[in-house]
Amino acid sequence: MTEFLQQLLNGLSLGAIYALIALGYTMVYGVLRFINFAHSDVFMVGAFVGYFVGQHLPHSTVWGSLVILATAMLACALLGMLIERLAYRRLRGAPTLNVLITAIGVSLLLESTGQAVFGAEPRTFPGVFPVKNLTLGPLVISSSQLLVIGVAAALLVALQFIVFRTRIGTAMRAVSLNPKAAQLVGINNDRVISFTFALGSALAGAGGVLYALNYPSIDPLMGVMPGLKAFVAAILGGIGNIPGAALGGLILGTVETFVSGSQFSTYKDAIAFGVLILILLFRPAGLLGKFTVEKV
Amino acid sequence: MTSRLLNILVFPALFAVAALAAHAADTAIKIGEYASLTGKEAAFGQSSHKGTLLAIEELNDAGGVLGRKLDLLTEDDQSKPGESSTAVRKLIARDKVVAILGEVASSRSLEAAPVCQAARIPMISPSSTNPKVTDTGSYIFRVCFIDPFQGTVLAKFAKDTLHARHVAVLTSVSSAYSVGLAKFFKDRFTADGGQIVSDLKYSEGDKDFHAQLTAIKAAGVEAIFVPGYYTEAALICKQAHELGILGVPIFGGDGWEAPELVQIGGADVEGCYYSTHYSPQIPTPAVQAFVKKFQARFDGQTPDAMAALGYDSAMVLADAIKRAASTDGRKIRDALAATKNFPGVTGQTTIDAHRNATKGAVIITVKDGQFNFLQTVEP
Repeated sequence: MTEFLQQLLNGLSLGAIYALIALGYTMVYGVLRFINFAHSDVFMVGAFVGYFVGQHLPHSTVWGSLVILATAMLACALLGMLIERLAYRRLRGAPTLNVLITAIGVSLLLESTGQAVFGAEPRTFPGVFPVKNLTLGPLVISSSQLLVIGVAAALLVALQFIVFRTRIGTAMRAVSLNPKAAQLVGINNDRVISFTFALGSALAGAGGVLYALNYPSIDPLMGVMPGLKAFVAAILGGIGNIPGAALGGLILGTVETFVSGSQFSTYKDAIAFGVLILILLFRPAGLLGKFTVEKV
Repeated sequence: MTSRLLNILVFPALFAVAALAAHAADTAIKIGEYASLTGKEAAFGQSSHKGTLLAIEELNDAGGVLGRKLDLLTEDDQSKPGESSTAVRKLIARDKVVAILGEVASSRSLEAAPVCQAARIPMISPSSTNPKVTDTGSYIFRVCFIDPFQGTVLAKFAKDTLHARHVAVLTSVSSAYSVGLAKFFKDRFTADGGQIVSDLKYSEGDKDFHAQLTAIKAAGVEAIFVPGYYTEAALICKQAHELGILGVPIFGGDGWEAPELVQIGGADVEGCYYSTHYSPQIPTPAVQAFVKKFQARFDGQTPDAMAALGYDSAMVLADAIKRAASTDGRKIRDALAATKNFPGVTGQTTIDAHRNATKGAVIITVKDGQFNFLQTVEP
């Protein structure tokens, strides 16, 4: 029983990170109807920004970690807006395939630039957050795992607030429903889309820092696997659906953790992608998604 | 008329001069090296490259081999699968090397070995320990011990020194070295009466081992065997302590040997053990002389096993070329196969019928952030 609960805790912590990245994928899809493959590399940039800022901060302080988090989120928001402006804006009316290929191109560009600028060998992320192991009876939680779950929950609540209770959030939902009509009622689509990218990328940046605080070894290709898994999580929960992304992330993280701890640990990555195939076969809209049929 | 005269007289003359100039540069013996200078196992490639470079420079300072200088051409395989065969193909086809030195990681040696074998160019791996590397063909050699021996050494160490009867094994499925070493360890450990209570896997590049470690903790073990590479090993030790697995020795093989183990693992790798090919603390004159030479050449850095084996692989090759008295691939291969009691830094090197070297192993423990020599185990 203890093992089960401990694995559940591990799974929640891992799932929270997948959820944060999945939120970015789902938001961009919701507004623009395309998958931003460069998202996982924005996650990597967030971790590196955190690394460089963390070199100048004292170790083991809570405020230090918050500074790193804020800086990384800001930097990634700007990066996201820049990518949107330079790579995706021009392709707004273009066939989806073109935008998809561009997204893959941006992803490869970020990865290769990262390797050229930072070097491909893994670096140790500075231990900026005070790591304490708290014991609840037989269970052990590390303070960084708690930080991940706490920050992810807080960001999710903040996101729900922004999307459902602010003007810009309403504008985002309007653009996602019908871009042309949104323009007709006076919404500046460009601004709204930029804001969506900024928000999604800021979440990826936060995910990057939290991931690096937990697993302190970063390298330019670190975003590939978590990004793919978060993408699966977003699809699992229903692409375009915010609570769906969070749910998908948690479910995937927990399933992966349980498989890792069992005798089938060799297949833990395969399970994640197996889930994707099953979902697409049996419930393509995802767990919380609605399958919209175009009625003529 | 004048232009035709030009064509007939001047261009052939120019061509002849160029050919002569090219021939003059041709007197160097070209040796190819492929190593992981960047990427996840950069520590290995950098270390073995430095050892090899030191050997080549020493040989050239002493006049070269067969009166010719040695030209070392190095290619980086970035620790990525797929790059080694490309690098080796380039060295053989474009640079026309007479022999290849490399690689440290068994997976990458296995990738490049068929290319060298097909081209009939001898390849010497400094420290790949998976037996399948030399099984590839008659042109593939190594100057280190192989994993059946290393697995046995570690199994005996776990039983006799750590007094562990119940051990967990955490293998990296993406590396041939890890899978092979795990298998040999398990075979010997269970044959000696031990029990493998937990046999779990991970992939290279994984950062999170909480799930596997939680299962291991629940199984109740006396020691954890991690036959993988240093990046993941350091994280595993860290996370094991985070999860409250304390007082359980964690040990591994020569894949742990890199300064990054301590950089990433910090206080969590204190008291861990691993087996490797040599230690700079061994008091023999050969080892100490080598350590001094290396420190003088590379800013005071102390050579680890990869550097020592890189050095030995180049020296063994040079010795073989001398005995073959030629740079023909076939003759070098035959000379290599006949290597007997060559005095290497890592011990007397004799190449056996399977083209492996029989060497002793050393057990290292981490103390105060330093790699301390614990004991030698002879074959």
